[in-house]
Amino acid sequence: MAAGERSWEEIRKDFPVLDQEVNGRKLIYFDNAATSQKPLSVIEAMTCYYEHDNANVHRGLHELSNRATAGYEGARARLAAYIGAQEEEIIFTRGTTESINLVARAWGEEYLKAGDVVLLTEMEHHSNIVPWQMLAQRRGVKLRFIPITPEGTLDLTNLDQLLEGVKLFSFVHISNSLGTINPAAELVRRAKAAGATVLVDAAQSAGHLPLDVKELGCDFLALSGHKMCGPTGIGLLYGRREILDAMPPFHGGGEMISTVTFEGSQYKPSPYRFEAGTPAIAEAIGLAAAAEYIDGIGRARIWEHDQLLAREGLAVLSQIPGIRILGPLDHRAGLVAFTLQSAHAHDVVSMADQEGLALRGGHHCTQPLLRKLGVPASSRASFAFYNTIEEIHRMGEILKKVQAFFA
Amino acid sequence: MNLEELYQEVILDHSKRPRNFGPLPDATVTVRGDNPSCGDEIELSLKLNGDQIEDVKFTGQGCAICMASASLLTLKVKKKDKAQAETLLTGFKDMLTAPEAPESNEALGDLQIFSAVRRFPQRVKCATLSWRALEQALEAHAGSVTTEEPAS
Repeated sequence: MAAGERSWEEIRKDFPVLDQEVNGRKLIYFDNAATSQKPLSVIEAMTCYYEHDNANVHRGLHELSNRATAGYEGARARLAAYIGAQEEEIIFTRGTTESINLVARAWGEEYLKAGDVVLLTEMEHHSNIVPWQMLAQRRGVKLRFIPITPEGTLDLTNLDQLLEGVKLFSFVHISNSLGTINPAAELVRRAKAAGATVLVDAAQSAGHLPLDVKELGCDFLALSGHKMCGPTGIGLLYGRREILDAMPPFHGGGEMISTVTFEGSQYKPSPYRFEAGTPAIAEAIGLAAAAEYIDGIGRARIWEHDQLLAREGLAVLSQIPGIRILGPLDHRAGLVAFTLQSAHAHDVVSMADQEGLALRGGHHCTQPLLRKLGVPASSRASFAFYNTIEEIHRMGEILKKVQAFFA
Repeated sequence: MNLEELYQEVILDHSKRPRNFGPLPDATVTVRGDNPSCGDEIELSLKLNGDQIEDVKFTGQGCAICMASASLLTLKVKKKDKAQAETLLTGFKDMLTAPEAPESNEALGDLQIFSAVRRFPQRVKCATLSWRALEQALEAHAGSVTTEEPAS
């Protein structure tokens, strides 16, 4: 800890939800990859907006509407700074899923035609598979997948061939099932060199490590607010300005038009063209507070702590008899999915819950990946910076007990 | 009963040594049950003779609650007639999913240990998977059932 830095212990106290007992035991929240907890500053920013400034944005001529607009557009600027983009390049969406659907609909339907190739990877979340399958059905585009190695990393041996003729490459930065950290900058560089447009799914990375879209060089980047200490129902799509300016709208309605007649409409410029209807104003303000909070701690410091928790989590889990850990054993993010020989994931998670330990059990929205790994379901522990080494050790004790119970 | 007690009883008795587990070559109806959210898959086979369930067996894999529930199901409905099986089915489903928890239902016998699952909504699907398969099988419709509601 450098001089002037708050300790992790102190930072943990910013999260009121963590201070409780579940089933008579101190809560250990290890389901952060599903959704992270929210610090007081985020909760207060949203409450403050509703208590003092609530109004609709952009159209109003009165004071409260001005404040709501300033809050909402200020949030856009804060998020742009968070990922190194310009304000005009930030479209607020409901989250990563909607962001990817927006690209598939607005960009995909405009620029892709039958036979064009969309390249994905075998470790994608359903949210980065299904929108493309739907596009394939509508437009006849072909889907291609980068395979994974037995260790759970991308097999890039034939990447140049896989990139041949690819119009769009969309890939996950950090796998929510494997914890794999994909070499995003390298993948973007090679895909761009091959002439592809590139989308990065940053759902699992945005709250954990420094991100700069200009350094990455991607055309699109999607993230979810609720996985980075922000509220649910808000996320964003970054789109490179030249691309957004040329792209047709997504939803039609209010807020996204400049003039409407019975004969037709003219659309606003980006990003407003992509934000039809009254947006999630309080949520955008909450997300900006989350970005502020995370950068107050520092993403480099958060990532370092994540890595510490990841290593300790792997070490503790490796000692449990009959465990199979999914994904690579080094260079990975702070989440570990596993199976126990003796017990099904749902039994593991239910028993852990009885001890106050919140894990995730199931397919983690990566059914094709788990099928490929030959795993019907897995349990997953995913960490955030407010988690502690003590909690990880307690998880080890609980899982040893669960393992013995079912053995 | 808490979850740990439920597991004690169910697991010791059924999930590790499921009864009537295996194929039923002379089955008259087979239904596959599938819980996509956790990967549970079971196949329930009935040999029906008129209204009589002459034999019943199941295969597949799933969590302890799913396997134990299927195992107990086979013990309960074997050699029963359709009406009796339907009564059990209704009683079991009500025990887990009726808006108000019903009074104890003696007719369910051992199956009553599953009443604890009611408090764990995510696990209700595990306990009812084999019963959904039975429901379809009793209507003598071979095919498959899933815990997910189909799109309308």
